[in-house]
Amino acid sequence: MRGPEPTIFELSAPGRAGMDLPELDVPALEVSDLVPEGMVRQAAPELPQVAEGDIVRHYTRLSNLNHGVDTGFYPLGSCTMKYNPKVNEDMARLPGFASSHPYQPEELSQGSLELMYELQRYLAEITGMDRITLQPAAGAHGEMTGILIVKAYHAHRGDKKRTKVIVPDSAHGTNPATAALCGFETVQVKSNERGGVDLEALKAAANEETAALMLTNPNTLGLFDENIKEIADIIHAAGGLVYYDGANANAIMGIARPGDMGFDVVHLNLHKTFSTPHGGGGPGSGPVGVKEFLAPYLPRPTVEKNYAGEFFLEFDKPHSIGKVRSFYGNFGVAVKAYTYIRAIGGEGLKEVSENAVLNANYLMAVLREHYYLPFDRYCKHEFIITPKNFKEQRVHTLDIAKRLLDFGYHPPTIYFPLIVEEAMMIEPTESESKETLDQFAQALIEIAGEIKENPQQVMDAPHTTVVSRLDEAAAARKPNVRWKKTS
Amino acid sequence: MNFIPNSTDQRQEMLQRIGAKSVGELFSDVPENVTLQRPLDIPAGLPEQQLVRHVRGLAGRNADLDAYLSFLGAGAYEHYIPSFVNQLLLRSEFYTAYTPYQPEISQGTLTAIYEFQTMVCELTGMDVANASMYDGASALAEAGLMACDSTRRNQVIVSQTIHPEHREVIRTYLYGRNVEILEIPYANGVTDLTTLEKLISSKTAAVLVQNPNFFGSIEDGASLARLAHAAGALFVVSVNPVSLGLLKAPGDYGADIVVGEGQPFGNPVSFGGPYLGFMACKEKYMRRMPGRIVGSTLDRNGKRAFVLTLQAREQHIRREKATSNICSNEALCAMAFTMHLSALGKEGIGKLSRLNLQKAHYAAERIAALPGFQLAFPVPYFNEFVIKTSLEPAKVNAELLKDRILGGLDLGRFFPELQNHMLFCVTETKSKSDIDRLVSRLEGLR
Amino acid sequence: MNPTNLKYTKEHEWVKIEGNKAVIGITDHAQHALGDVVFVELPQAGDSVEAGKPFGVVESVKAVSDIYAPLSGAVTAVNEALLDSPETVNKDAFGEAWMVEVEIADPAQLEDLMDAAQYEAFLQEGEQ
Repeated sequence: MRGPEPTIFELSAPGRAGMDLPELDVPALEVSDLVPEGMVRQAAPELPQVAEGDIVRHYTRLSNLNHGVDTGFYPLGSCTMKYNPKVNEDMARLPGFASSHPYQPEELSQGSLELMYELQRYLAEITGMDRITLQPAAGAHGEMTGILIVKAYHAHRGDKKRTKVIVPDSAHGTNPATAALCGFETVQVKSNERGGVDLEALKAAANEETAALMLTNPNTLGLFDENIKEIADIIHAAGGLVYYDGANANAIMGIARPGDMGFDVVHLNLHKTFSTPHGGGGPGSGPVGVKEFLAPYLPRPTVEKNYAGEFFLEFDKPHSIGKVRSFYGNFGVAVKAYTYIRAIGGEGLKEVSENAVLNANYLMAVLREHYYLPFDRYCKHEFIITPKNFKEQRVHTLDIAKRLLDFGYHPPTIYFPLIVEEAMMIEPTESESKETLDQFAQALIEIAGEIKENPQQVMDAPHTTVVSRLDEAAAARKPNVRWKKTS
Repeated sequence: MNFIPNSTDQRQEMLQRIGAKSVGELFSDVPENVTLQRPLDIPAGLPEQQLVRHVRGLAGRNADLDAYLSFLGAGAYEHYIPSFVNQLLLRSEFYTAYTPYQPEISQGTLTAIYEFQTMVCELTGMDVANASMYDGASALAEAGLMACDSTRRNQVIVSQTIHPEHREVIRTYLYGRNVEILEIPYANGVTDLTTLEKLISSKTAAVLVQNPNFFGSIEDGASLARLAHAAGALFVVSVNPVSLGLLKAPGDYGADIVVGEGQPFGNPVSFGGPYLGFMACKEKYMRRMPGRIVGSTLDRNGKRAFVLTLQAREQHIRREKATSNICSNEALCAMAFTMHLSALGKEGIGKLSRLNLQKAHYAAERIAALPGFQLAFPVPYFNEFVIKTSLEPAKVNAELLKDRILGGLDLGRFFPELQNHMLFCVTETKSKSDIDRLVSRLEGLR
Repeated sequence: MNPTNLKYTKEHEWVKIEGNKAVIGITDHAQHALGDVVFVELPQAGDSVEAGKPFGVVESVKAVSDIYAPLSGAVTAVNEALLDSPETVNKDAFGEAWMVEVEIADPAQLEDLMDAAQYEAFLQEGEQ
């Protein structure tokens, strides 16, 4: 039976250890001769004292308290929780990758450099961009990198008035936060009734102060913006650049490319679109692609190939924005994404997007009679439903999400995007079978029935999880963020 | 292999239910003029057997630290990681989970992160820690921004003894927010206190140092803290966590924010990533700290449980006013860190630190005793040290490579004034005979 | 429900005039919209606030909101107790959860505030 698990500190007992260290085999010097007195630690840090078996059992039990893609369906909108192929894990752990030092000579790192070079080429092809950097460690990190490239570009041209970044009201929170982090003011434009960018509002917002527009397409409503070319043209005419947030790239691989839509900078999420695991919040990887005219501003080093076919790192980039992370990014994640792309190939990528979109539209078709559908048109890889039809019962999206836990599902993304009240954003991905989709739909339909007949059952959910709903207010009012021994 | 389960028949059935004639119809909203009219120019998919052979081939073209004897450090450190760590990381309930937004089914990740935060607080002597950052460099840069927000000042002072790549990351991040950066030179391998005293002012938000610094030298933490605080600036220290079994916790010599590269615990060098940055601070700066934070609370039945907390700081709520745009951490790397430290425990961490210290000193003294080699800086150091050579480092390393030894890092690459200087790292992974092998190879060089 | 002895702003602050001083808080409507308040950030006595500009922050678990100054003036008192028990904002928004007291710099600014009836009408408008 599952029960709450104590912390590792509560399993500690003096005198235990979980690993041996070798004995000192060189002549011992007096520590006091080596370290100044004022810098010597007086009391050992209170780390747990546990045997190896205890540690293994502890974390194995903790793993049992988690829900992962391997445990069950995970239709978390905008997160692309697809199956994570096991071969990826093996490949990233090969000693030639996992045990290679970032400063070992380039001639002894040719395999890694070739892998990075080829992955960059594939990502450039998928996005229709000219150059890619693998340095950013996550999507938001990619956004920062991309917007700093925009900033460096305008600054280099002496175009100092461009202090504003435009984002639609449906944008991820990271977009405005990124703009602020890069020193820009955010201008928000509203969406039209089809869920796309309102062109008139965009025209009114775009001017000589516009540094860039940040856009997700398909957007966070799961809808492809039919005016995408016009949107890019409006921004370009105003002298700004157009940034593509690739969170939803799983919908369009081999079908349409941001580069062809007029975007100048894109980021991708290897941990969404390219099957690398999310790891409970990381490590991810957020490569950034640019058109040729922005290549001088890419972070350094870039991976290049010389005439002899040898790969090397190019540090000599005088206009580069510098570095956003040490070394060359989350290389181990790049190995997994490379492995995935080689496993499924160019045609396979297109099949992925077609099936991701097919799965989403199918689920939407099954659920539309039971929940409110704010945008009734073909969706791409995800769609939004809400419990607007249950206003009378006072059941909220949060309640439905919690009730889904009892059925063994991870709930959809909830309360996002902000422009749809009580949104539930469902992204099934291509790696789920029709049977899984049918079962999930059945659970949501059953919950719809409960809402009508026994709403309390839903409002009190979850009933079967190891803990019930948490007091989040108490956690935030009097934060307890570390374990302490109680005497 | 495309990992798609649905059969052609099932797809037809699904299309019927949707009421669409073809999958193409589902994409009818994609304008013709942006539709890709050709297949992607990416090779055809490979069956797993051929795929593995191909990727192994690439890996085989790299040197790896199992086959080579390495004395490279400089921000990526080789330590022995117990086997169980990797096996636990392969529990797919951990690695196939998303960020723990649904605490009822994420207590595994949340508990482990709470443990991680506790360990970071214990090591650094700080009150609170976050759930981790992208790496040590970005954590340091974010600490600089956090100090600017906390003090409402717009200048940071950065010591040149900070890893050059980390300094470059700081410059990139601070360029975004238009923060002024002043760099302090080093004297004898440590931050020059006299210059710091001259440059620091009431405009300075923070003084950023690394300890042990990039050269391996141990900085005078207390004096640096005093100068920072006298100007009303925060004192930000980046640490190698392995040193903290032996060296004073930065909180005990006046640090306000402590960050570091967490890779040395639980994470292989992996050609530079994925790693994790850790970040901890005094309680009064907690609400200015970027990143995820896990807290303890109770559920409806009064059971203790863990949850992401203080989320109002973050981008999904505060949007353009958030403390940072970061919306993930390096959870799995942080878990590896936590597992490795659990294995070491209260006693083991001290022993590990001392092994590193002693072995580095043995190696340094033996190398410095050779003709043509000398220790560059006459100051205390931890597990890295700088050797001045009469030969070009490239030549030295080329000779060492013949015996499958990866020698020290050529510092001329980062510091023009340090031509003919090499940075060596010696951790507990090097036995006496490994070190003696290095020394005997260096001995013959002319 | 909204006390008639108070004045109101469109950003959902209330103001209680006491001679040349104004006591300021957020309305019951505002606390309800925020949900469980977990943190309140306020200025210090001696700081000055400017009409229409944010002077503090209220955080709930899932939301955050600036508090805007209804009037300009110097802060003469701050409700320190709120820092330790932010939940008071949910329990007694119009009373115990007052936030700051300000010395009114420009009495003409009082003209821009709504009375209870106007504020209720304003809330009604928002519902539609």
